Amino acid sequence: MTEHDTKIVAYAHPERLVTTDWLAAHLDDPDVVVLESDEDVLLYDTGHIPGALKLDWHLDLNDPLSRDYVGGERFAEVMGERGIGRDTTVVIYGDKSNWWAAYALWVMSLFGHEDVRLLDGGRAKWVAEGREMTTDVPEVTPTAYPVVERDDSRLRAFKDQVREHIGRPMVDVRSPGEFSGELLHMPDYPQEGAMRGGHIPGARSVPWARAANEDGTFRPREELEAIYLEEQGLAPSDDVVAYCRIGERSSHTWFVLTHLLGFEKVRNYDGSWTEWGNSVGVPVER
Amino acid sequence: MAVDERADLPKGMAELAEDFHAVSEKERLQLLLELSQELPALPERYAGHQEVMERVDECQSPLFLAVEVVDDAPRTVQLFFDAPAESPTTRGFAGILRESLDGLPAEEVLAVPDDAPYRFGLADAVSPLRMRGMVGMLSRIKRQVRLRREAIDAEGRA
Repeated sequence: MTEHDTKIVAYAHPERLVTTDWLAAHLDDPDVVVLESDEDVLLYDTGHIPGALKLDWHLDLNDPLSRDYVGGERFAEVMGERGIGRDTTVVIYGDKSNWWAAYALWVMSLFGHEDVRLLDGGRAKWVAEGREMTTDVPEVTPTAYPVVERDDSRLRAFKDQVREHIGRPMVDVRSPGEFSGELLHMPDYPQEGAMRGGHIPGARSVPWARAANEDGTFRPREELEAIYLEEQGLAPSDDVVAYCRIGERSSHTWFVLTHLLGFEKVRNYDGSWTEWGNSVGVPVER
Repeated sequence: MAVDERADLPKGMAELAEDFHAVSEKERLQLLLELSQELPALPERYAGHQEVMERVDECQSPLFLAVEVVDDAPRTVQLFFDAPAESPTTRGFAGILRESLDGLPAEEVLAVPDDAPYRFGLADAVSPLRMRGMVGMLSRIKRQVRLRREAIDAEGRA
């Protein structure tokens, strides 16, 4: 077992994370579909892991009209046109330390897709190791993915629920400047997307990046426990809400708490600051 | 899009916008990718000198921008951009603005409507949220052009 494998088996749900070695050995596995999910919508087109397909968080997973995720029918199309079945092992990787990959994994979890994993270290690690990249887009035989209704009750928090939640564990994973509200003061420049700066009262500031190593891989379990359990005083049985600006960085923290540390009830508030900071009458702390 | 909706754009920009509208949404992304690949490297005076460039925070990925206004009669604008290869969309937006505005008189750059980034049919192809970066670049270019032209005019009067 490599050092990397040893790190992974120590996590609460080690089956949620794969190494670049594992992925390289499974590229031709018919039961595995690899998806690239990036912040940059064109990055996949510049070159990607052989056999990987693009899954764009905005174009594929968000509803084009209302601010919400796609419904069961559209989700089934998105999965089916990528050759994914309900039993397929899906491995997602992406840029920016897997923010968008974690976000896509979280949305797939809302639809209850059982076996969906992240590539530890994401796109950057694969590239840094000099592994093969290609611009060839694979041909896919579409599958019939079942229409499953999204279950927002367990993993997702809405504004009113967050308001009720004030006083209980809440993690703000944005940068310190966004947490303090300083980043909104930029005269002459386009707004950052919120009318008010600051954070939800009582939220703890734990920037998402603290869970990641320099190379984008996740920190080992004991280091994560030192941050979230010892320093922040959270417990795996706690009811926790995580948020950021639009829910992507908090998906990363949601993944860490849920799958790496085994927290039982973590919800991602995807409305995040772009909703809270624009809402009338909600409390804001600075 | 009707032709007159591009009537208030500078000629080069209107032509480029027309190119984007002439193709399918998928091909539009390809066009954007090509522009990102054609974005020229920085000249020596800027290479490795991000501190003298302006950082465009509205972009999802860091983009650095330098604007020069030449001390000639038309006050010619020159644009320089720097963004990493891992940010092809940001580079593509920069490519559109460079292709459209580099070498134009300051007056024409300042007259570019602020919603020009939305005239390329890209909002649906890349998502409206991602368009903020190009809007930010354009507003910062215009601001710098205004400041630099004023500086040259003031020097001329002194």
